[in-house]
Parts: sequence; C-alpha cells; structure tokens
Amino acid sequence: MDNRFFVDGEHLSPSALEKKHRLETDPSSRTNHMEYMSGMEKISSDIMEKVLCEMESYDYTRYTAKDVKSALQHENCSVEDFKALLSPAAQPFLEQMAERARYETSKHFGNTVYMFTPLYIANYCENYCVYCGFNCYNNISRMKLNMEQIEHEMKIISDSGMEEILILTGESRAMSDIEYIGKACKLARKYFRMVGLEIYPVNTDEYKYLHECGADYVTVFQETYDSDRFSELHLLGHKRVYPYRFDAQERAILGGMRGVAFSALLGLSDFRKDALASALHVYYLQRKYPHAEMSLSCPRLRPIINNDKINPLDVGETQLCQIICAYRIFLPFVGITVSSRESESFRNGIVKIAATKVSAGVSTGIGDHESKYSGKETDGNQGDEQFEINDGRSLDVMYKDIENEGLQPVLNDYLYV
Amino acid sequence: MEDKFILGGHEFNSRFILGSGKYSLKLIESAVRDAGAEIITLAVRRANTKEQENILDYIPEGVTLLPNTSGARTAQEAVRIARLAREIGCGNFVKVEIMRDTKYLLPDNNETVKATEILANEGFVVLPYMYPDLYAARDLVNAGASAVMPLAAPIGSNKGLATREFIQILVDEIDLPVIVDAGIGRPSQACEAMEMGAAAIMANTALATAGDLPMMASAFKNAVEAGRKAYLSGLGRVLTRGASASDPLTGFLRD
Repeated sequence: MDNRFFVDGEHLSPSALEKKHRLETDPSSRTNHMEYMSGMEKISSDIMEKVLCEMESYDYTRYTAKDVKSALQHENCSVEDFKALLSPAAQPFLEQMAERARYETSKHFGNTVYMFTPLYIANYCENYCVYCGFNCYNNISRMKLNMEQIEHEMKIISDSGMEEILILTGESRAMSDIEYIGKACKLARKYFRMVGLEIYPVNTDEYKYLHECGADYVTVFQETYDSDRFSELHLLGHKRVYPYRFDAQERAILGGMRGVAFSALLGLSDFRKDALASALHVYYLQRKYPHAEMSLSCPRLRPIINNDKINPLDVGETQLCQIICAYRIFLPFVGITVSSRESESFRNGIVKIAATKVSAGVSTGIGDHESKYSGKETDGNQGDEQFEINDGRSLDVMYKDIENEGLQPVLNDYLYV
Repeated sequence: MEDKFILGGHEFNSRFILGSGKYSLKLIESAVRDAGAEIITLAVRRANTKEQENILDYIPEGVTLLPNTSGARTAQEAVRIARLAREIGCGNFVKVEIMRDTKYLLPDNNETVKATEILANEGFVVLPYMYPDLYAARDLVNAGASAVMPLAAPIGSNKGLATREFIQILVDEIDLPVIVDAGIGRPSQACEAMEMGAAAIMANTALATAGDLPMMASAFKNAVEAGRKAYLSGLGRVLTRGASASDPLTGFLRD
C-alpha cells in the first residue's frame, strides 16, 4: 500500500537533497517521533493509550454478516458494533447502514446542513510530511498574508454571505506565530459569527489566548493513528511528535475552546483502523469532557502540486460512505464535515445521509479569493495550494443545491459567549 | 367554556408550542398555521445572523417569540444570551436551556435555577427547560419562573413520555403551568401528556422528521386539543384491578 510520495525539486541544493534522501531512506536519521520536543506541554491523559490499545487489537477480518446485522438491530451502537460496521463484512449492508445513519442524523440535526469556508493565511511550513503540498521540500510559491491582506480576503468572503470561517496556516511557528494568528482571529470576529482554527498544535495557554482572540473551534488532523506509519510519513519537524499532536484537542478544550474536530487522512494507512481510532478518539474524549462539542472530518488523500500521483488508494467512495455511515451510527450527536476534496455528486449524496457540514467557495491557496470569487485578475502575489480540490462550488450554488435536496442550509448556529 | 392558556400574564388559545430549529425556515409559516401555534421558539444563536436567512423574517405576525438560550453551558452564558435576545427584538419571553452534555443534551437543573432567578429579576418571562425533578421545580418556582418545562425524553429521541411518573408529580405539586418539552415523538404522546394535566406541549423534531410537516403540525394540534378536553372533562374511571363488586364493600356499616 504505497503512494509515490517522494519528489525531488530542482530548486534544492545538493546538501538539502542529501538530507532529504537520508531522511527518506535511513530511519536512524530521524528523531524519535514519540518523544516531546522542548517547549511542548505534556498533559496527564490516558486517552491515547485507550485508543491505541483498541486500534491495535482490531482485527476487522473476524467480523461476519451476523455481527453486522446484530449491530444494526441494536438501539445503541457499542464499540464492538462499530467495529463490525467498519469491517469488510458490512459493505453488502451499505444501504441499510445509510438508512440507519439518515435516521440518526435527522433525530439529532433535523434536516440542517451547516456551511463554512477555509481561509489559508500562510503556507510556510517547517515539516517534511511527504504527502502534503506545503511540505518544506516542495517547490511552491510561499506566502504569508499581512493583516491588511487578511482583512481584504475576509471582506470578500463575508460579502459572499459566509458566516463561519476556518483559519488555516502551514505548520510554521516561526513564520506564523501565535500573536499573528491571534490578530487574524480578532479581525475574523469583525466579519464572521464563528471562527475556527486549523493550525499547528499548541500548548493550553496558547489555546486559551487564541480563544480570547475569538476562536472557538480547533481542528487537528492526526493524519494516521498508526504511530509507526506516522513516523514514516512525517520525516522532519515538530509535526513528527505523535503524542503531542494526539493530545491537541484535549489541550484546546482545557484552554476553553467550545469545540474540537478530529480526523485521519484516509489513504495514508489502513483506513479501517484509522477510522476506528478517529471515532474512538472522539468517543473517549467526549466521555471525559461531556460539555465539549466534537466533530469528525473524513478527508481522503488528494494530488498536490509537483505530485499528481498521490491518491486515496483503496479508499473508494463506497468505503468512504461506509466509514461515514458507521461514524454516524456510533456517534449520532457529532458533527460530520465533508470537504471539497470530494466530488459534487458525493457531497450531494452524503448530506442526505450523514454529513452535517460542508465547505463552499473553497480555495486552499493564499490570497486568491478575489480572483477566484470574481474571476478578476489581481496584481498581488498569491501562494500555492495545499492540495487540489474537487468540488469548486461557490456558496450561492452550494446553498441552492442543498435547498434543492430538500435540506436546510444554515450559515450560522453559533454565539460567542 | 373559555379555556385560556395564561403564561407570564399573557393569554393564549393554543397549547401547542412549536420549535423551529430543525426544519426549513420556509416551512415555518405553514407549520404555525397548521399547528395553530401562537408561540414559536427560536434559538438566539440562529437568529443572530445576517439578513440572508434571518429566522425573524419568517415568523408570522401575531406569533409570540420564545427565544431559547441553546448553546449556553452555564447560568452566566444563558443570561448573556437572554439579554442579547431582548436587544435584537425578541421580546421578554425566554426559554432557559443550559446543557453541559453534548451527547444527550440533558438540562443542568442547578445552573437553570440560577439563570432563572437572575432573568426573572430583570423582568423576563422565564420558561426553564428542566429535568423533571420536584426539588428543582420548586426552586424554579421560588426563583420566579413563569412555567416549568420538564423533558419527556431526551431531546430529539421521539421516545415519548419516558419520564411520565415524574411529570405527573410536577403537574400535581407545582402551581405553575407544566409544559412538556422534548422527546414527544407522536401526536398520541402529546395527547397523553395533556390528559395528565400538562398545560401545553412543545415539539420540534417530531414535526421536522415527519414526511409531511404541515399535516403532522395539524395532527399535533388536534391531539393537544383532544388531550386538553379529556383532562378538563375529568377522565372516566379506569379499573386497574379486577372488576368492581356489585355490592358495596362498605354495605355492612350500620350508621
């Protein structure tokens, strides 16, 4: 199960190339991914141990059609039932799973579908994550927006009608520090009802500061929960530290954030185990912090600039649908976000079953909303995208499409209190 | 016989309160009409939005708004949301709902009592959403609530009167209107709660998840009215154990 991840850019110096190749081929040249780096806060938590223990012992080949049928009959889905629903034995029951998922979604969310858009404010990155377009060895146009440029982007997005924004940066503390991100949050509060963050993991006091600046949701993708695979994919930088990343949501909750979001990037490793771990991460954390709002995303790998060969491997739309239905049945109360990585037809279908949030009017580049929204050529610089999106619908089109499916598009359901 | 529903000094004819959170804004008007509802709840967090989809624009005239504090996790947050509701023109009614559990969305009675006291002192007509606990209900009365709103079952569960016995205790012991809220999944369950002496019913998911929302709204209207009439008429004798003896058991008494 391998993607062809390694690409050598012509811009790299011989010494940089040498280091890159050594990291790629010689595991002893890498740091210990289970060891904290200096400055990283260690909290007392047993969640990681619980999740890893369940994931490692999960043998999905053991489950049979009988297990799946009985899981679908239970009113409350146990961890064991969830494991059956994620197994290959459940695939022939996908339609029944979808029906059950739709029922659970309607009980908890009625027919509402929430909408948001991401805003990338910087794409500098200090990490070498082999599948990511922002990785430090990839030859892309780098950019960091200043406050004036950020405000300009926010105005354009806000004028389109959007009320919820997700602010993203590449993972570089040096180029996009907490103060910079905090200022962006304060600006965002002027234009949007809800401000979420998807940035590098930080310490509790920093989450607290960002919360005071106006952010109330934190998204951190673990990418893969298999720690060995994680260490093969994240070769350099602070992102390599698996346990610090794992505990990010818990630190965010301790810092006062209202909600947190989780995900594995499907296609990096064994997707059934990753899906199990993602959901259990939510499950155990919700039991520990019952007041916190939780949501799951379900991204699949996409091609990046300079490497169009990256793909989601064995995670087809059928498997993705199975995972999302299983998530919904196991965790009926959590939000499920489906991003523009997926096609228009998939997103139209999945919002009728289980997804409760979709992005619209998406750009994963830097500073290009004006040209993308109005088609107008702008003279300013733009930074390259993190990955190629699939569904490029604007807010207006997405809004109407959701309505036409008989659902209720919702732009805001949130108050900062 | 005139049977008005009095809430915080206001008179209503309808005893069906409509929730608005889970269905399309465009259906609100027909839902209000077909349910005969005179009170409609709305989440302040949904109302506090830009023009594009402001729920306030969809509320028919003459309908009393009942803003709720959903999203509040503490008394303090609920108070802030209630004040905001008043500022944005939602009137003086407020349904206090405070939840610190995102899975079941069960109300926190302690925080609810605190918020009720503060808001009642500020002149709000406070309708607290609560878990049906007699002590908490008494505290809410003392805190200045205008009604109590016990849940029938976990919100959105459509499970009906899972807390039946405890709601009956509140109906019997509390001198305020008891409005059964949350968990009512069918008109028959709404009818049963009204037969028990509930003053009104509130529902949302049951309508939102119905195939034909306006028709379900009208079914609820009829059910609530039927239950109310049954309650007012004094329900007929229900024999729970065996048949009644034809000779009176106390026939031997001589004085």
